[in-house]
Amino acid sequence: MRTPLSRRAVLAAASAAAASAVLPRRSFAASKAKIKIGLLLPYSGTYASLGNNITDAMKLAASEKKNRLGGREIEWVAVDDESDPAKAPANVNKLVVGEKVDILTGPVHSGVAMAMMQIVRQEKTLTIVTNAGAQPITGSLCSPNVFRTSFSNWQTSYPCAGVMLKDGRKKAVGMFWNYSFGQESMSAFREGFTKGGGTIVKEIPVPFPTTEFQANLSEIASLKPDAVFVFFAGAGAAKFIKDYAAAGLMEKIPLYGSGFLTEGVLGAAGPAANGIKTTLHYADALDTPANKKFREAFKKATSREADVYAVAGYDTIHLLAQALDKVKGDTSAEKDLIAALEAARTESPRGPFRFGKTHNPIQNVYVRLVKGGREEVLGLAQKEADDPAFGCAMAT
Amino acid sequence: MTTSLVAVQLLNGVEYGLLLFLVASGLTIIFGVLGVLNFAHGSFYMLGAYLAYFIAERTGSLLFAALLGLPVMVLVGFLVERLAISRLYARDHLSQVLLTYGLVLVFNDLQRALFGNEVHGVPMPRALTGSVALGEMQSWPVYRIFTSVACLCIALLLRQVILGTRFGMSVRAGASNAEMVEALGIDVRKLFSALFTAGAVLAALSGMLAAPLTTVYPGMGEGILIVSFVVVVIGGIGSIKGAFAGALLVGIADTFGKVLLPGVSSAVVYAVMAAVLLFRPRGLLGQPALQR
Repeated sequence: MRTPLSRRAVLAAASAAAASAVLPRRSFAASKAKIKIGLLLPYSGTYASLGNNITDAMKLAASEKKNRLGGREIEWVAVDDESDPAKAPANVNKLVVGEKVDILTGPVHSGVAMAMMQIVRQEKTLTIVTNAGAQPITGSLCSPNVFRTSFSNWQTSYPCAGVMLKDGRKKAVGMFWNYSFGQESMSAFREGFTKGGGTIVKEIPVPFPTTEFQANLSEIASLKPDAVFVFFAGAGAAKFIKDYAAAGLMEKIPLYGSGFLTEGVLGAAGPAANGIKTTLHYADALDTPANKKFREAFKKATSREADVYAVAGYDTIHLLAQALDKVKGDTSAEKDLIAALEAARTESPRGPFRFGKTHNPIQNVYVRLVKGGREEVLGLAQKEADDPAFGCAMAT
Repeated sequence: MTTSLVAVQLLNGVEYGLLLFLVASGLTIIFGVLGVLNFAHGSFYMLGAYLAYFIAERTGSLLFAALLGLPVMVLVGFLVERLAISRLYARDHLSQVLLTYGLVLVFNDLQRALFGNEVHGVPMPRALTGSVALGEMQSWPVYRIFTSVACLCIALLLRQVILGTRFGMSVRAGASNAEMVEALGIDVRKLFSALFTAGAVLAALSGMLAAPLTTVYPGMGEGILIVSFVVVVIGGIGSIKGAFAGALLVGIADTFGKVLLPGVSSAVVYAVMAAVLLFRPRGLLGQPALQR
């Protein structure tokens, strides 16, 4: 079970570590010692359930490896990042400088991730991003010591354009929450849609986290596009879906989006969500042995259903296990460890997984359709989608 | 924009404004009479919505949820006033803000502990699930019409109570001079207690009405609190009529802002507030004498 440290305990530990700063940073003798894995995840606030699912899936994967990576026992150090970018530098320092973790994992929130990038690029801590989809992480800010096991925003939205065009819908309205995640999704969709010959009639940015959509729905009704692409997530997504259906638009103008439109909100949205098509690198209903095994094990361990967030946590530990076994647990052999991770492959619950040149996953993206209140997998939207790596020097 | 679209958007704005009024009315009464800046007002809204979800899911009826939930809110409002707020009437606004902000944190944690962090949908009452056509593409959910009518009825009821009853008379008197009211033999303690409770119930009732439309989620109280403060400030602090005008103005401004200036739409209501305050520093219907 998860036991995140209280803030006070972390502070105490950090000051203790600072007081006894005589410990060598990454001594070779330490390779027999426990391997410290830092978790920078939200355990409170809106994203708490995401943080808990990632953590529990990591622990599930660890237990499948007998709680050892490269022969070293795992010591978890968790910090609640509260999804607060303002507190991120202090929280990252707690783990990287205070706790001297061997490997840093997390976070969920892209703003927290950006603050984290600034520090780990300097400190060279081996870092695995377990959710945040911001493009710069494996784009303009990419770094050899930073890997991502989740997705880039581009991967979740670009393929949606192709799906829409294949359905014969050439005139679209785009509507999105006007912050980096929404903007990156919209621009990826726009890129794919216009490249494929479609026209975007209008883009409607909605200030985050506004959930009053009525005015924009009336506008969409007057524009009469063939389809609507949206980026909303969580509570906003549930509200948007309900409003869209209640305004009578669902039957007349089909709704598309990145998979985050429907992840975790189908219960709240109810029958209103039927007919929505989304693209994502995972679907609960994926019919593969790896996915079934994972979902059963997760349910048994936590009595909750697994989701796309848990998958990233689960894969993180399995990929790390492979790489650390190869270097026999020696985290001081940084170059070898990075090379081993680059070469790691896993048959993930989401399908085949490997890292691309920028350390972003190369993974299948699926088309999902909500039918009878459940997500169905219609097939592949894009096989082995690789992020285009905007501005990353490692890509060449 | 065509005229029909303008008409539809006006309707959207009025509908949003009416709901805002219901939330803001409690806030403005509490500030006008008790002189308390109640940050916890948004928490009462959230609590109402969560109660609606919690009870409706178990009984299958939103009406039942309101009948069961509102007495709970009467109790919550009463206890909060007796145990916390009543001790701070003599203090300055800063102490009150600290206290009520503390209450926001407490209620948020309570919500997390009792109901969890998930987003929940609340089904509409079955009789109100239909919709009427609005133009060739859009339809208008009957429940939205129902909430607007309900808000309007409550507004009229409030007006009736405040202008036409003895209780309302003491409220109006209390708003302009609490010491004098006390000297005349009216128990101000009881009056304040009743008013605060009424404010909490109004907020919770709006939360319940809105729950099927907005879905229920953590932090929903803070969002509505900020807009409600804008409404109260535009309308003139303490004025219910002002809150009504302010709510409609904010609703319509917000709606047209979203359509005409999508990039900066979140700033539109604040621009309206700034403009109103520039010409009427006490808000549309604020009374200069109203000071505490």
